[in-house]
Amino acid sequence: MVNIIWILLTLIGIVFAMVNGTMEEVNEAIFKGASEAVTLCIGLISVLVFWLGIMRIAEEAGLLTKLSLLFRPIVNKIFPEVPKDHPAMGYILSNMMANLFGLGNAATPLGIKAMEELKELNGGKNEASRSMVTFLAVNTSSITLIPTTVIAIRMNYNASSPTDIVGPTLLATCCSAVGAILIDRWFYYRRSRKRKG
Amino acid sequence: MMEIVSIISLWFIPILIGFILLYGTFKRVPTYESFVEGGKEGIKIAFSIIPFLVGMLVAISIFRASGALDYFMNLVRPFLEAIGVPAEIAPLALIRPISGNAALGMTSDLIAAHGPDSFIGRLAAVLQGSTDTTFYVLTVYFGAVGIKKMGDALKVGLLADLVGIIAAIVVVVLVF
Repeated sequence: MVNIIWILLTLIGIVFAMVNGTMEEVNEAIFKGASEAVTLCIGLISVLVFWLGIMRIAEEAGLLTKLSLLFRPIVNKIFPEVPKDHPAMGYILSNMMANLFGLGNAATPLGIKAMEELKELNGGKNEASRSMVTFLAVNTSSITLIPTTVIAIRMNYNASSPTDIVGPTLLATCCSAVGAILIDRWFYYRRSRKRKG
Repeated sequence: MMEIVSIISLWFIPILIGFILLYGTFKRVPTYESFVEGGKEGIKIAFSIIPFLVGMLVAISIFRASGALDYFMNLVRPFLEAIGVPAEIAPLALIRPISGNAALGMTSDLIAAHGPDSFIGRLAAVLQGSTDTTFYVLTVYFGAVGIKKMGDALKVGLLADLVGIIAAIVVVVLVF
C-alpha cells in the first residue's frame, strides 16, 4: 500500500514536470524535501529524549498504570485487544492527553512508544495489528482542547478573540474522533468477515 | 476565557514535569537514571525515522513542485464545492492530511487574506486545529517501530480526516 502511494506520488510528479516544464522546481524539491525531513528529525531528537526520559520515570513510578485504570471503561471499549493494565494503555492515554492540550511535541514520542508496546503485544510482527490501526485512527482525529499553533496564528493577525475557535475545534474533533472509531470498527468487521468467508 | 486558556497552556508542562518527578521520588524510582535510560531510546527513535521521513517528504515535494498537486486539486474542487466546501477552503482540506507545513502555510495565508474573524478565516483555523497530518503520523509512528504492512491504517486515517473536515465545516457554519 505505502509502496504504491510512494511510487505514484514520485512518478506522477516527474511525468507532470515533463509536461508542465517544471523540471527545475522538481530538482529543487528533491533536495529541499530531503533536507526538510532530516531537519525535522533532528528537531525531534530534543523532544524525544526529554519526553521519553520523563515518561520513563512516570512509567516506573506506576503513573501510567494509574492513568489507564482511571479511563479503563472507555479505553477498553476502544482497544479491546490490549490487556487492562498493560503499559501500552498508559502510553496511549498520555498521547491522547498531550493531543488534547495541543502539545504536539509531547504527543509524538508518546505515540511512538505506544506503537512500540502495541507491536510487542502483537508478537513483534511487522504487520499492523487491529489496535495499531485503531490507535492511528484515533490519533489523526484526536480530540483537541487547545489548538496552540492556530491560536498563535490568530493572535498574530489580531483576531478580536483568538481563542473563540476553542469550542468549535473541540466539538469538531469530538465528532471526528467518534467518526474515526466507527470507521475503524467497520473496517475491522469487514476484515474479520473476509477472513472467515 | 483567553487568560484561563493561556495560563493552562503555560503552566501545564512545568507542573506536569514537577509532579512526575515528585511522584517518582516518592515511589523511590531512581529518577535521573530512569530519565537517561528513557532518553537514550529517544535518540534511537529519532534516527530510525529519518529514512522514512526523507522518502515520504521527497515524494510529496516532487508531487507538489511539479504542479501535479494543483492539477488534482482543481479536478476535485468541483465535487467539494458541490457538497458545500467553500472554494477557498478546498485546497487546505485536501492538503491537510498530506503535508502539515503546507497546510499551516495555507491556514496563515487564508487568515491573513480574509481576516481572522471572517467565516473563511475561522473555518481555516478550526480545520487546521481539528485534523492531523495523517501521512506524517503514519510514516513516523509505523516507521519508528518498523511496521511494514499497514493494513487498513491509511484508508481508515484518510476517511477519518474526511469526517473531521465535514465536522469542522458543519460546526463552524452552526456556531458562527
